[in-house]
Amino acid sequence: MTGYVSSIQSLGAVDGPGVRCVVFMQGCPLRCKCCHNPETWEFEKGVQYTPEELFSKIHRYKNYFGKEGGVTVSGGEPLMQPQFVKELFELCRQAGISTCLDTSGCVLSNSVKELLKVCDIVLLDYKMTNDEDYKSFSGMEKSRVDEFLSYLQSINKRTWLRQVIVPGINDNTENAQKLLSVKEKHPCVEKIEPLPFHNTCITKYEQLGLSFPLKDTPNADKNDVKNLFEKAEKIF
Amino acid sequence: MEFMQWNGFVDGNWKTGINVRNFIQTNYKAYAGNADFLEGATEKTNSLMAKLSELQKQEREKGGVLDIDVTTVSSLCNYKPGYLDKENELIVGLQTDAPLKRGVNPFGGIRMARDACSAYGYKLSDKIEEYFTYRTTHNDGVFRAYTPEMKAARHCALLTGLPDAYGRGRIIGDYRRVALYGIDYLIEQKQLDKLKIGQGLMDNESIKLTEELFEQISFLNKLKEMAAMYGFDISQPANTAQEAMQWTYFAYLATNKEQNGAAMSLGRVSTFFDIYIERDMKNGILDEKGAQELFDQFVIKLRMARHLRTPEYNELFGGDPMWITESVGGMGENNKTLVTKSSFRMLNTLYTLGSSPEPNLTVLWSKRLPDGFKKFCAKVSCDTDSIQYENDDLMRPRFGDDYAIACCVSAMKIGKQMQFFGARANLAKLLLLAINGGTDNVFGTKVGPQMEPMQDEYLDYTKVMERFKLYQTWLCNLYVNTMNVIHYMHDKYAYEKTQMALHDTRVERLMAFGVAGLSVITDSLSAIKYAKVKPIRNEEGLIVDFETEGDFPKYGNDDDRVDEIAQSLMHDFHDELKKTPAYRNAIHTLSVLTITSNVVYGKKTGATPDGRKKGEPFAPGANPMHNRETNGALASLNSVSKLSYSSCMDGISNTFSITPDSLGKSEEERVDNLVDIIDGYFLNAAHHININVMNRETLIKAYENPEAYPNLTIRVSGYAVNFCKLSREQQKEVIMRTFHESM
Repeated sequence: MTGYVSSIQSLGAVDGPGVRCVVFMQGCPLRCKCCHNPETWEFEKGVQYTPEELFSKIHRYKNYFGKEGGVTVSGGEPLMQPQFVKELFELCRQAGISTCLDTSGCVLSNSVKELLKVCDIVLLDYKMTNDEDYKSFSGMEKSRVDEFLSYLQSINKRTWLRQVIVPGINDNTENAQKLLSVKEKHPCVEKIEPLPFHNTCITKYEQLGLSFPLKDTPNADKNDVKNLFEKAEKIF
Repeated sequence: MEFMQWNGFVDGNWKTGINVRNFIQTNYKAYAGNADFLEGATEKTNSLMAKLSELQKQEREKGGVLDIDVTTVSSLCNYKPGYLDKENELIVGLQTDAPLKRGVNPFGGIRMARDACSAYGYKLSDKIEEYFTYRTTHNDGVFRAYTPEMKAARHCALLTGLPDAYGRGRIIGDYRRVALYGIDYLIEQKQLDKLKIGQGLMDNESIKLTEELFEQISFLNKLKEMAAMYGFDISQPANTAQEAMQWTYFAYLATNKEQNGAAMSLGRVSTFFDIYIERDMKNGILDEKGAQELFDQFVIKLRMARHLRTPEYNELFGGDPMWITESVGGMGENNKTLVTKSSFRMLNTLYTLGSSPEPNLTVLWSKRLPDGFKKFCAKVSCDTDSIQYENDDLMRPRFGDDYAIACCVSAMKIGKQMQFFGARANLAKLLLLAINGGTDNVFGTKVGPQMEPMQDEYLDYTKVMERFKLYQTWLCNLYVNTMNVIHYMHDKYAYEKTQMALHDTRVERLMAFGVAGLSVITDSLSAIKYAKVKPIRNEEGLIVDFETEGDFPKYGNDDDRVDEIAQSLMHDFHDELKKTPAYRNAIHTLSVLTITSNVVYGKKTGATPDGRKKGEPFAPGANPMHNRETNGALASLNSVSKLSYSSCMDGISNTFSITPDSLGKSEEERVDNLVDIIDGYFLNAAHHININVMNRETLIKAYENPEAYPNLTIRVSGYAVNFCKLSREQQKEVIMRTFHESM
């Protein structure tokens, strides 16, 4: 069994708790307008690894992981290669490395459920808070992520909700409050992580000969986003 | 032996002979808490600091040197006492009679003193010029004995930065001894040692040592006299924390008046001072505010230390550094931490006085340091970019628990070991010299075994290595011999009397060799091994450039195929050095450290097979080459951590820069993550790391508008500098370096 990996970032300190090694899987069925990793879209590209090979790469960083850190598998969409990620996570867990999944929650098959059993924490990208925007922004029905989140709740999985905050699209109090209410309804959600939009990925799009849908959108200000959510929390 | 100044201290071996370590072990109070107890600066401190900042501003405006006394030869008692602001100073003593005024020290070499004066618009007085026509300097001695081959290797910058024209430095006096025992007892002990040596065989070494002891004793007397000029009697031990700091500072100050060594490190004083502070607090004569005030004032004095250098010197060692390295923290051999509240107070000076490159604060890191201290260190790094970390768990088994760092990364047992500083050999250049059969392709110098340049259309790894090893054997022998000449002459004409008086009489000597261009030669050999490298020749048949086809593994990506090349290069180089005996039976050690000289070394080195163009800077120290790291920060750290400390016991320097946003989303996260990264790196048996948490944009702004960033401090290879004091080229190189960031 092999998996297709786009790249490995040995130090990820902002994708899950603590110091983490981040693996970007290759292939994604979504085409989110704000996507930062267009090089991970195509399936069956990238570098092929067996779970053992990839594990031995990750294991080289174990000393840095401390109490909180570990591996985060992102993408692309890791749920598109559930069997591979599951085997990888099993190896990591046996070695005492904490496992984290960064996903859109687009699939909830049996093998995905098996994968979730060996996953310690899920970073769930909750892209938009209303159906219409969700669909037009990502190409996926919002109901899928809601179903996924309900499942995470049913197995009481430690979850962080993440959302990219794009100026002019979802940088409003209403959206922030809706996100807070989603958290409220799902006690498995530990926290919301709003991710301020930035357009540094433009060069990647240019290299791939693609046009970046949000190329004219300004970067979101870190403090504005922080204030927005603090304000929403007060009202909420 | 008993002094009333020792009242309240616990007995131990330290009372029956000089043994500062035993005094610390029997008396210190470890602290495992957090930083909440710390106090800010007092008004006195703030007013002193304001005065110093104003003088520093004037110094910058005058091109880096405020004033020079061109008529006095620097020594312990040659200047009248000087003050910054006598009213407010708790710790006194200046190098000359006025703050930031530099003295001249021609003992290392008169030309350097002369050129340094004229570079800043001064003229060395006729009186000094005349005096030194009758006196042999270190530099004179060295050039009397240098062979043509040594001169050639020096000329083409194969061996560079040699300490043959100024003080060699890197020696740490045990300045604490003056505070604990007073000068009279130290003199008594040295006199006994001298008598004892006279009773044995008077051979070369004994006669030499006897004469050295005579000089040591004479300078201990001068040190006492110097303190008396400031109104202090230091013949007896210090009675309070303030006195302990003052006595220690006088000893350090005397050293700076006597010597202009490249690195004039302080040692490990914080926990030593803590014992006096605790006693004063118990006696009700000092509170926390007062304790911090003493540290602040002590550190203000250290920040005022200056030596007079030439512009060429600044190219090698940019930013006017002194390397007043203070080692903080660490663990005891008994597994009890050596962290005290004063370890915090020392680091806290970066807040109370603002960030600064000096003193060069160095945390001796152990996995088992208390959490509160680890977090405080990480916070200080995030806030000030002013401290470096070295692996105590790696050094303690070799140096015990009372060692300190000299310069950037050189460990030695305080008062028991000294070092012969050995600059560095340019490995990238050595490779090019080997390929070209003993002709340097930048300077045209012919040096080393002479043969035809390699004739192959594509370079063959095995053949290249064969040649390289031949030239390595030749160079290592020449390198040791060159060092032997330099240090023989330094001992003869510029012996460090004050510092050596604060060592045991029988010391162990380390001879610290070094290499530059490690990542360049490593990637070049990897290119030859894994890609196709076609040499380009000039009309004379010399190889001056390369066309490299195909990809190859690059150092800095945690790829064993190339990291093993770096490992064995260091191992082999060290083995070769050991084949030539070193002066005074010194132990051969090796460092991978460049200071800022990676820029000028690069300038003097031709194009290399890794794709580096002629004249382009090297990466500093053991760092991977800029922007060749494609697997992120931990992969880069792993590559460096594979270099073995046992072949590089003089230190392996790595500078790590990361953007705040990539380290974590909140201050708390950044601190925790940084602690984990340092823990992990040192668990991998790595030796040293400089940490900068900053954005490249800040540096670009400071480059464009230096006046707006007078205090911007950054860590470079083994030390910290005011960014604005670097040359434009050095600044550009720092900006080019890899900043780890997550996309």
